[in-house]
Amino acid sequence: MRTAVVVFPGSNCDRDLAVAFARATGRPPAMLWHKDTELPPGLDLIGLPGGFSFGDYLRCGAIAAHAPICRAVADFARAGGHVLGVCNGFQVLTETGLLPGALIRNANLRFVCRPVGLRVETATSAFTQGYARGQAITLPIAHHDGNYVADPATIDRLRDTDRIAFTYLDNPNGSAGNIAGILSENRRVLGMMPHPERAADPALGPGDGTPLFAGLATALANA
Amino acid sequence: MKARVTVMLKEDVLDPQGGAIAEALARQGFHGVGSVRQGKVIELDLAEADAMAAEAAAIRMCEALLANPVIEDYEVEIVAGP
Repeated sequence: MRTAVVVFPGSNCDRDLAVAFARATGRPPAMLWHKDTELPPGLDLIGLPGGFSFGDYLRCGAIAAHAPICRAVADFARAGGHVLGVCNGFQVLTETGLLPGALIRNANLRFVCRPVGLRVETATSAFTQGYARGQAITLPIAHHDGNYVADPATIDRLRDTDRIAFTYLDNPNGSAGNIAGILSENRRVLGMMPHPERAADPALGPGDGTPLFAGLATALANA
Repeated sequence: MKARVTVMLKEDVLDPQGGAIAEALARQGFHGVGSVRQGKVIELDLAEADAMAAEAAAIRMCEALLANPVIEDYEVEIVAGP
């Protein structure tokens, strides 16, 4: 299984994501720079990391979404590749249109940095098959703009098609429907504000992010 | 040609920053302020010499990058002639 992590100017979770990918798959990911225009051959999974790409200028993720590498990532996703966007990566995915909705300033206007309780809403995806549906887990969040918004019809569609991956148990940012993470229509693109890669290192204790990476490795091992 | 682009959150999108400004104004004794909305202004210095062409170019930029149509509305104003 081959993975890659995209690095934008201002990314700051790229190494954590790379370590999590490497631990789960047994081989280090390719690190892709935002100016790259082509992906290495044979990729199964691309990670878009957290951080503050391009200083969050204009809108979080907006400038990164138009970086050359993102055209290749979008082509990869449309061809059925798996893409994981965490935090700023989730914002980039909505700005590219690979996921619906948008992420705006937290309703309480605060940067929230703490572990939060989540409910796994679906186990039917490569990303969430390592969990049980309805399982309560804890992952850290660290964001100022994690307030998920979409029109009611989009929220209903996400719910009706089992595309809400995670919800907050105690909504920290005002997100519609308590949404913390959503899947694309083909269930191969996941965007989430919580950081599984910050809860997947054995040195930090048994982390609830580990099943996400282990599940991905299992699902894509023979891909 | 100069264009001024105003980008605002759509009316039906909650604007927490605008809400905070409204509260701060009330605390300072400015009563009678209804709702407050915060947006951003982007000034573009455009190569187009023709106002219509400049406006069309600015609109294309809004659609492509400057505004996110999921959450934002935009207005383009041509502010300086040749």
